[in-house]
Amino acid sequence: MLAVSGLDAWYGAAHILRDVDLAIGAGEAVALLGRNGAGKSTTLRALMGLVPRVTGTITFAGRDLAGLEPHARARAGLGYVPEDRRIFSDLTVLENLEVGRRPPRPGHPAWTPERLFDLFPNLAEMRRRPGGRMSGGEQQMLALARTLMGNPALLLLDEPSEGLAPRILEQMAGAVRALKAEGLAILLCEQNFRFAGLICDTAYVMARGEIVHRGPFAELAADEARRDALLAV
Amino acid sequence: MDFLVVQFLTGLASACSLFLVASGLSLIFGVTRIVNFAHGAFYMVGAYVAYVLTERWSGALGYWGGLLCAALVVGAAGAAMEMALLRRIYRAPDLFQLLATFGVTLMVEDLVVLLFGPEDLLGARAPGFKGAVEILGQQVPRYDLFLIGLAPLVLAGLHLVLRRTRWGILVRAATQDREMVAALGVNQRWLFTSVFALGTALAGLGGALQLPREAVNHSMDMTIIVEAFVVVVIGGLGSITGAFLAAVLVCELNAFGILVLPEVSLVLVFAVMAGVLILRPHGLLGGAPAEARAMRLAIPPPWKPFTSAERLWVVGGLALAAALPLVAGAYALTVAAEVAIFALFAASLSFLMGPGGMPSFGHAAFFGLGAYGAALAVSGAGLPMAAALLVGPLLGLAGAVLFGWFCVRLSGVYSAMLTLAFAQIAWAVAFQWVGLTGGDNGLLGIWPEGFARTPHGFYWLALAICATGIVLLRILVFSRFGYRLRAARDSAARAETVGIDRMRVQWAAFAVAGLFAAIAGALFAFLKGSVFPDTLGIPLSVDALAMVLLGGVETVSGAILGAIAYKLLAVWLISETDQSKLVLGAVIVLLVVVFPQGLGGQITRWRRPT
Ligand SMILES: Nc1ncnc2c1ncn2[C@@H]1O[C@H](COP(=O)(O)OP(=O)(O)OP(=O)(O)O)[C@@H](O)[C@H]1O
Ligand SMILES: [Mg+2]
Repeated sequence: MLAVSGLDAWYGAAHILRDVDLAIGAGEAVALLGRNGAGKSTTLRALMGLVPRVTGTITFAGRDLAGLEPHARARAGLGYVPEDRRIFSDLTVLENLEVGRRPPRPGHPAWTPERLFDLFPNLAEMRRRPGGRMSGGEQQMLALARTLMGNPALLLLDEPSEGLAPRILEQMAGAVRALKAEGLAILLCEQNFRFAGLICDTAYVMARGEIVHRGPFAELAADEARRDALLAV
Repeated sequence: MDFLVVQFLTGLASACSLFLVASGLSLIFGVTRIVNFAHGAFYMVGAYVAYVLTERWSGALGYWGGLLCAALVVGAAGAAMEMALLRRIYRAPDLFQLLATFGVTLMVEDLVVLLFGPEDLLGARAPGFKGAVEILGQQVPRYDLFLIGLAPLVLAGLHLVLRRTRWGILVRAATQDREMVAALGVNQRWLFTSVFALGTALAGLGGALQLPREAVNHSMDMTIIVEAFVVVVIGGLGSITGAFLAAVLVCELNAFGILVLPEVSLVLVFAVMAGVLILRPHGLLGGAPAEARAMRLAIPPPWKPFTSAERLWVVGGLALAAALPLVAGAYALTVAAEVAIFALFAASLSFLMGPGGMPSFGHAAFFGLGAYGAALAVSGAGLPMAAALLVGPLLGLAGAVLFGWFCVRLSGVYSAMLTLAFAQIAWAVAFQWVGLTGGDNGLLGIWPEGFARTPHGFYWLALAICATGIVLLRILVFSRFGYRLRAARDSAARAETVGIDRMRVQWAAFAVAGLFAAIAGALFAFLKGSVFPDTLGIPLSVDALAMVLLGGVETVSGAILGAIAYKLLAVWLISETDQSKLVLGAVIVLLVVVFPQGLGGQITRWRRPT
């Protein structure tokens, strides 16, 4: 579904990503792990076309994304949920969802606010509340719901677990698993190894802008020494 | 008492058009981050088109239809400008779009004279709203009452559109975070174009609605644009309700200011603006947005010392310039002296904008203070030229210290708009304080003395002072102070951890830039032998901005090249054609599109190929 090869990215003169290769199959959930500053968020931003200078090839659903603007990538089926949530704080929950609304993908039921409120019952109680007056967890749910309104085929999730209370974390994991069960492909950037393990089948690990490990998630989970070498802080 | 009520109503009626213009400006800025300088020109075009249509079409339907059609025509023109011009330069540094719209303004000013003639045009009265109504024994024009009722209706209409339609929700979302809106699949291009269409249509309607109230003329754009800037800033960028409140506030200040303090009524409005911004740095109803309002100037680090070959070039160029009197006549030397003066003026602004990172829309304030200081020293105090050349800069320095204290407390567009307000205050004082400054008649008889009486003598004096000033500015850029200044610009937080007080450093930079601009201004007074309020005016401020941006913010040398090219072009055009503004505007637009990094930026790229 998504094939990335030889991806390099720069912020100004700083060379951030080097020769990144990634592959995600239909319905697959892939974790992108790595320490702070490894380049996980930059990878997602590069996929969305939000990094000024990028080289390499990105093929999505048989289409070359090179040169496409962010909105065209979103329309092609990439659903991006950014790290810092970026909720429109002056807009209500329903209005935030409206911004994300796109026509359904053929053969898939369209996401509606009502279906999303079933997935995130908390949001149902605050339809008219401005995004700026929600808790961090609620905002995280809204950010995901807003992206789902675009009926994406692949979700790019940037640290959805960050700053969530344990109970909310369970809820979030449950929701993402449900999405996966519906056939949505997922690329999940995470620092929370346990959370990623609840969702993902495959693990990539990044360090200093390069992919330094790839393999089944279970294998990395079982090999404590390797895990510590790659991820311990 | 009754009289005051009527005065209040007059103020409210004036607020209608101002609100329409300002709300459009605010919407456009909110979504596209473009300070649309051409907004006043669209307002003016709206008035002209309305005049033509209402003259041609008869009856009430023809009249009101004419006003509405004028708004639609202007909206279409706004959309066309966005698609043909601005789309090409969204990726350029922020102020380039302002410069492009300024170029359009210049073109429109000449075009309306070509099309409609230079005379004031008096439109017909509005059918159904002729004559006056008696309120509390005073006559109030019916049309004023119509406008007073219309403004809240437009506000409510805009409010509904922004709350209840998908388009309005997207506009509000984009005002907060454009990138996120794009990442959610919204094509910003159409959003931008439609916002431009609506915003300029509102300006056009504002102009059309003025038809029964005032004569249509080809300078109505500048007056309204300054007031609209003030309204948008007081109200809060991107807030429609804020624009409404601020429009009422500004118009009431005008209406009552005239009664209480006619000499300083203009000052009052700008003083209130400065006050509001100090208390509420984002305006009355503007929140601090998620996206930084800081301006994106071209800020890579190319502050690179000259190589020895380049140093030779500079010395050679200076030697050539100094030898000019051997071949040039008196007129050419006067032009050359003017170019030198503007090179220093532009360099001082480039110092503020480049290493200082503080764009200014009102740099002419200091130039004009220097000119008036020098002129007053001569004509008022009878001092000799040498003393006047000290007094002028000192006045400019004092102004810069005072204004700078306020400006460094705000950031980005707000700070730049505040500089514009201060320049307008200085302009208003010069214009209205006739007893001291001669008002519109200016101060005359400020001629150089001694060896500087001859054209070549004055040219050498100007060249020596300006070259020294530019060299000093360049030395300052590479000094410890320059380093601290750039550190404060690049990251206030990081600068503070290494013990740099951002505000102090930037304040000092403001003072330096003001001082050197004032030196240029003082020389200018002696070059022309006179001083007029234009030396403090917006067109001069924007000229300086154009020189710096076209030359490239990144280097002092860029500003100098920009000043030389721009000034020579302007002087030449004025001597060659009656449509100098049309050509100059077209050249600016073209340069912005072809060299979005400025000429200097282009040269920098040649110096260090990547
Ligand atoms: N806008 C930017 N400009 C310059 N450098 C940046 C920018 N954003 C990120 N970087 C740098 O790029 C590198 C990778 O950052 P990135 O945000 O992709 O890391 P990350 O793996 O997501 O880290 P974290 O787990 O902390 O979110 C870091 O060294 C960071 O400093
Ligand atoms: Mg990250």
